[in-house]
Amino acid sequence: MDDKIVKPEPPLGGPPQGSRPHAPVGDGCFLGEEMKPQAPSYKEALARIKNWFRANSLWVMAYGTGCGAIELRPLATARFDMERLGIAMRPTPRQSNVLIVSGYLAVKSLKRVIRSYEQMPSPKWIVALGSCTINGGMYWDSYNTINRLDLYLPVDVYINGCMPRPEALVAGFQELMRRIKKGEADGWRHYMENLDWYKENQKKIITDWDLPEYNW
Amino acid sequence: MSPSELSLLPKLFWVVVSVVGAIAYGLVIGGIIRKVMARIQGRIGPPVYQPYLDLFKVIFQRTATWHGYMFYLGPVFRAAGAIGLFLLIPVVFGDPRFDNFSFNGDLLMVMYFMFFGCLGMALGAAEGGHPHSVVAITRGLSQMTAYELPFSLAVVAIAAQTGSFSVHQIVAAQQGGVGHWFLFTNPLAAVAAFLAFLGMNMYSPFDIVLAPQEIPIGPPTEYNSAFMSAMMSGRAIFGVAKCVLYMDLFLGGATTILAAIVKVFFIYFWSIFVGAVFPRFRTEQAVRFFLGWPTAAGVAAVLAVMLF
Repeated sequence: MDDKIVKPEPPLGGPPQGSRPHAPVGDGCFLGEEMKPQAPSYKEALARIKNWFRANSLWVMAYGTGCGAIELRPLATARFDMERLGIAMRPTPRQSNVLIVSGYLAVKSLKRVIRSYEQMPSPKWIVALGSCTINGGMYWDSYNTINRLDLYLPVDVYINGCMPRPEALVAGFQELMRRIKKGEADGWRHYMENLDWYKENQKKIITDWDLPEYNW
Repeated sequence: MSPSELSLLPKLFWVVVSVVGAIAYGLVIGGIIRKVMARIQGRIGPPVYQPYLDLFKVIFQRTATWHGYMFYLGPVFRAAGAIGLFLLIPVVFGDPRFDNFSFNGDLLMVMYFMFFGCLGMALGAAEGGHPHSVVAITRGLSQMTAYELPFSLAVVAIAAQTGSFSVHQIVAAQQGGVGHWFLFTNPLAAVAAFLAFLGMNMYSPFDIVLAPQEIPIGPPTEYNSAFMSAMMSGRAIFGVAKCVLYMDLFLGGATTILAAIVKVFFIYFWSIFVGAVFPRFRTEQAVRFFLGWPTAAGVAAVLAVMLF
């Protein structure tokens, strides 16, 4: 019996085109009336206020998937001090808004990342850190790591590099805050709308699938 | 002026004002703590209004999970305990607007309310089903049982010295100058109570209950969104209420709002500055600590009041 582990081919083509919603301002946590493009102006104003609060109080889940997690530590120190931007580490997905996929993602960790991501309350954002999340980086031909993160989870901000320095991370956070304020960071909504597509991809790569259909 | 001079509706109005004010002040103190701790560590730190941003952000979140009734009542119990505690203590002595609902024997009720919030939180967090919550609750209740002893002894000593269990009369007994404060007339009780305060506030060195490093965030592990906001505002008002109680018991209460704000600030920051210097105790070390010198000081305070 051949015990060599063969990595399944990831689906080609990327996320479904043209289905990404263009809501004026990201608001609300459930799909509903707020998704309508012609929202009344007071709703839009309220959404802007909500987004301002959300952008200035980012709680990052303290979960490092790969070597990039080592670049998260200096952010808390006096040299970079992410707390001045309102960014804080939370040790539980229930209280987090931002998930940083820090570097290479083994198929085994992907399961845990999916589980953690789905347990986070919406609105939630994913920051993909390092080249490994974009094209696999130096692990592109590894037998047990994924190459493209956005096939499995919606990514809002990519931070390129191997490894990106903490300055790049701070810049990435500022870009995320800008996008949240403008209502453009709606990856979580994309995930909910295209859940079937994402689940199909996840099940293709996770061969020993034992997760529920959605981890509440 | 006695509290009875205000009729019910104006009284209710001022109750709402003082509760909202206490939450607002507690959040500001939370921001100042984060700023001060950042400066101690050589960082810039978040803006002072950061707790407000966090609070409103979590209010705007929604959840779709279900953990059972007690889970949802936990933060409510916690907030109810904090508000109940706050409303039984006169904030500004002699001012009918901020005198709240002080009555004879309310000190016993106050001590009950301090326990009530934590107990409700424990029941609620346990129903969340997360093992980390349960571990943290065990730690929290052990620590609470330990610091309750010196605190109760200090309260008994003060009550025996005044001859009353009414916070109002205890404040009245301390009027007439700084020398009349129980901080100076009964220093042993003050030592016991202020050491117990360190454990009550759950900052370092007694922050193992919330231990963000090993047991993620303690009892609130499973709480999110609006529950989190109820807990944050409950924690804010609870912190202020404890300091107001200590101000009434040991620092002669306050006759103006400004005095109350300043005294509460200094009592709160007593635990912060101790926490900035001392590393964390483990639970059994904390229990041993509270049953040591603080309890001895409390027993000595009671004996001193009985003998002299």
